[in-house]
Amino acid sequence: MRYLPLTDDDRRAMLAAIGVPSVDALYSDVPQAARLTAPIDLPPFKSELEVERHIGALAAKNLGAASCPSFLGAGAYRHHIPASVDHLIQRGEFLTSYTPYQPEVTQGTLQYLFEFQTQVALLTGMDVANASMYDGATATGEAVMMANRVTRRSRAVLSGGLHPHYRDVIETHGKFTGFEVVAASADAKGAEDLTKLIDGKTSCVVVQNPSVFGHVHDLSALAKACHDAGALLVVAVTEVVSLGLVTPPGEMGADIVTAEGQSLGVPLSFGGPYVGLFATRDKFIRQMPGRLTGQTVDVDGKRGWVLTLSTREQHIRREKATSNICTNSGLCALAFNIHLTLLGETGLTKLAQLNHATASRLADRLSAIPGVTLLNETLFNEFTLALPKPAAEVAEALAKKRVLGGVPVSRLYPSDASMRNLLLVAATETVSDEDIAAYEAALKEVLK
Amino acid sequence: MSDIRYSKDHEWVKLDGDTATIGITPYAQEQLGDVVFVELPEIGKKVEQGKELAVVESVKAASEVYAPVSGEVVEVNSALSDAPATVNEDALGKGWFARLKVADKGQLSGLMDEAAYQKYVEGLH
Amino acid sequence: MTLPTQIQAGPRVRTISGNKGLQIEEPLIFEQGMKGRSGVDLPAVPQHKDRLGGLRRKGEIGLPGLSEPQVVRHYTKLSQKNFAIDMGVYPLGSCTMKHNPRLNEKVARLPGIGDLHPMQPVSTVQGALELIDQLAHWLKTLTNMPAVAMSPAAGAHGELCGIMTIRAALLAKGDARKRILVPESAHGTNPATAAACGYEVDPVPADDRGRVDLAAFKAKLGPDVAGTMITNPNTCGLFENDIIDIADAVHAAGGYFYCDGANFNAIVGRVRPGDLGIDAMHINLHKTFSTPHGGGGPGSGPVVLSAALAPYAPVPYVVHGKNGFDLVEQGGEALGRLKGFHGQMGMFVRALSYMMSHGSDGLRTASGDAVLNANYILAGLKGEMTPAFPGTCMHEALFNDEFLDNTGVTTLDFAKAMIDEGYHPMTMYFPLVVHGALLMEPTETESKDGLDRYIEVVKGLAQRAKAGDAAYFKGAPYHTPRRRLDETLAARQPVLRWREQGASVQENKAAE
Repeated sequence: MRYLPLTDDDRRAMLAAIGVPSVDALYSDVPQAARLTAPIDLPPFKSELEVERHIGALAAKNLGAASCPSFLGAGAYRHHIPASVDHLIQRGEFLTSYTPYQPEVTQGTLQYLFEFQTQVALLTGMDVANASMYDGATATGEAVMMANRVTRRSRAVLSGGLHPHYRDVIETHGKFTGFEVVAASADAKGAEDLTKLIDGKTSCVVVQNPSVFGHVHDLSALAKACHDAGALLVVAVTEVVSLGLVTPPGEMGADIVTAEGQSLGVPLSFGGPYVGLFATRDKFIRQMPGRLTGQTVDVDGKRGWVLTLSTREQHIRREKATSNICTNSGLCALAFNIHLTLLGETGLTKLAQLNHATASRLADRLSAIPGVTLLNETLFNEFTLALPKPAAEVAEALAKKRVLGGVPVSRLYPSDASMRNLLLVAATETVSDEDIAAYEAALKEVLK
Repeated sequence: MSDIRYSKDHEWVKLDGDTATIGITPYAQEQLGDVVFVELPEIGKKVEQGKELAVVESVKAASEVYAPVSGEVVEVNSALSDAPATVNEDALGKGWFARLKVADKGQLSGLMDEAAYQKYVEGLH
Repeated sequence: MTLPTQIQAGPRVRTISGNKGLQIEEPLIFEQGMKGRSGVDLPAVPQHKDRLGGLRRKGEIGLPGLSEPQVVRHYTKLSQKNFAIDMGVYPLGSCTMKHNPRLNEKVARLPGIGDLHPMQPVSTVQGALELIDQLAHWLKTLTNMPAVAMSPAAGAHGELCGIMTIRAALLAKGDARKRILVPESAHGTNPATAAACGYEVDPVPADDRGRVDLAAFKAKLGPDVAGTMITNPNTCGLFENDIIDIADAVHAAGGYFYCDGANFNAIVGRVRPGDLGIDAMHINLHKTFSTPHGGGGPGSGPVVLSAALAPYAPVPYVVHGKNGFDLVEQGGEALGRLKGFHGQMGMFVRALSYMMSHGSDGLRTASGDAVLNANYILAGLKGEMTPAFPGTCMHEALFNDEFLDNTGVTTLDFAKAMIDEGYHPMTMYFPLVVHGALLMEPTETESKDGLDRYIEVVKGLAQRAKAGDAAYFKGAPYHTPRRRLDETLAARQPVLRWREQGASVQENKAAE
């Protein structure tokens, strides 16, 4: 087997040195009845070529979003990833390193995490950020639990514009840790008023911007209403590229900002692994979940970095930890960090403008088709269309024409019949004029 | 310092009228190493003897500080927030954690005096 | 073996730049940025209707501008400050630092996998669902468990899934119960998980053989016990030989048995957890099945479930429908959803690639080699160091710090000296039940020659410590980009991000 360096001669010599007759003898603590004597009924080893062919054949059964005009969003976005990003994250010193618990031999990881934390804080307009979490949905779940700790209250109010997966993750935590969730009904038109749901028991209001239906909101008044009631405002961002153009949540009064960082540097990969961003105010640092990198000096007085404030974490605090999370999303955070470093201020701003321009042009073109209505007054790079037919059927028919035309809202709200004809459509910088023309033509045909 | 009483969990308590000042012992701070953070209770909180009063953190450990006597928190040493090292430098003095209005002074008689505590600590080695 | 006697690492030659040959100092990106520079070229923004509703960002974000070559150099230099499995022995006990095959990286990036959107029509992702189904089949077969929840994002997330499933199953019977029994030797995530699911953690002591004290365990069982979380092989690197009795006892008390599968790599293909009476176990694909650790994630932690728990699994999951594979994304009211979308697909591909490469026979050989390598280290070092427990071990060798008694050298000092020798330190001070623990896990990746050299070096260090050379250890490491770092300063005055001040100096320099 190509990954195993021991030869049979090695094994014999090693067994002799240990003083046991066989490898099986090393398993003598296993109850006899549970010891397997023959290989399990699964296929035998395969060469590299055979494995590649097998997985290649499975891949060939799929319609890759990069191989056709594609307009899918709803929390995951296809963006162009510069070639150097994937090259650099595959350097073995990054790829095959562990969590930086030994700072002297992991300054590389620690420095990029410190840069990542700074980038996230700058983008969101917050004071501090952690070294990343699993994904946007789990980060938002952690934000609610943090708000409960900070306010010592246990009722979270969720906007009807929050991605249903995020809502569901929060509700799962609520069920098991015992906090209450008040979820507003789906807000396809972007017109909800959450202030009436806030009261003295509310720990936080969770709102997504742009919302899952694409609306861009000014959250300042909502922030004030939260603060007047002693609650925190949690803002979730599922498309981080928007932060290159839209007023950041921090400037609108958010207390915690979570985000899905996939759009920068991380491939779609059918939904994971992604990278959750988590930022907050200085005063809440000790209540924050997740890993943190901090600056310090070594014995020679040189600047360096270490994991810090780890007494909040499970390996020290055990049952009193702020969260049970052990890992972050290190390599995806690195990809995010590199992509954003390549972009820089001008690159990110322009990328965001391109996204907005492309989506705005697409919205004009599609909403001009008879029977199609645009529900959005505002949008960044995603919007909701009302179609004259069930959106799931339309999406399926478009896919047959090799156009991935959008996410049917019914997939996110299956029990809400009023959502059946709504389609979420996203357009990033990867969408060309030809793609827009192809979509327009295909949609016209499908709706005929 | 003979009016100071000690608990088996390494807290000290000094009574002044019916107000008890509470901190951790020099032995405890030495065992913890560099103190980096102190989490203090809210004023008005009522704590029972032996229950968590505060948390003291070093780089690698977080330890609960238990109330050596029952009472209501009337004052906390908020200076520790900016200067947690004070706990290391002056555990019995400026490194105090909180003051309680004591409910039952009789509880102090169950605690050790300095000599007994010294003996107790020596026995831990 | 002869060891150098001088304490300092050779004469200290000062360079003008502060660099030391291949060790090159590297400032933060924020200290190298220039306004207007970018490493990405983008086309002109076309005419369009502004639909931001007046919410355009006003001030600058504050991001630095670097060109592509600067960026490539920056991260290349940072990477050179890391130790990695690709460089050498990484014997970090309980973390399973095994070789990460590059085939896995290649197949995860194939068109039709890397570029699949999670919300495409299921008719366009049949191959992806089939792949998940195949991986699930391998996991269920290797564990002899009937069901698997694929979505958990990491080991600790898998624990959360498992304990929530147990709580949901108990609730369905009308009583969630109160306590979870957790051995004192457990990973910190176990008590943290139990607490996050609303349970009280009741610690179970270890016996003098490093196993769960069966009598103490049984004494703690009662009608309010929801279950237990036990790592097997345990964190001392030992197989819990009473495991079947433990499972029977917890079942008799009406509770469930959660197994922390972090150490499944020791027994793959040789022992099936389903044969031991386990009800739920997470599998760290990033440990046992070689998906890369990536400097701390992403991980992936599917949870295999017994028939009793399977109905309470979270969504989503893949099913065989009438038109091929289908994805169930809603329902599962008992538990609900734990994560956005469908799980760590990128890790599923890598893990399947690894499993298929080994095959059933190769996986069995790999776990045997991992155990053999650990025992070879144990045998090679037991003369100089002090094993925590007598007898052989599973996939990791555990020592206590008795061999360092009266040397003035601590476990931490010893670990730092290993760094100078070109090895990543072993896991230190874990598990908590062993004083000054040193936990070494070589994995099956190491060759005999490599282990022989490793054993020589570690023995040499032990001899050096005993010879009274404490000052050497206290100063170690000497040859790293940074030497020991002040963690107290970092925690007392947290600096968690770069801020503007001080940057102007760097910017002026770059402009000159």
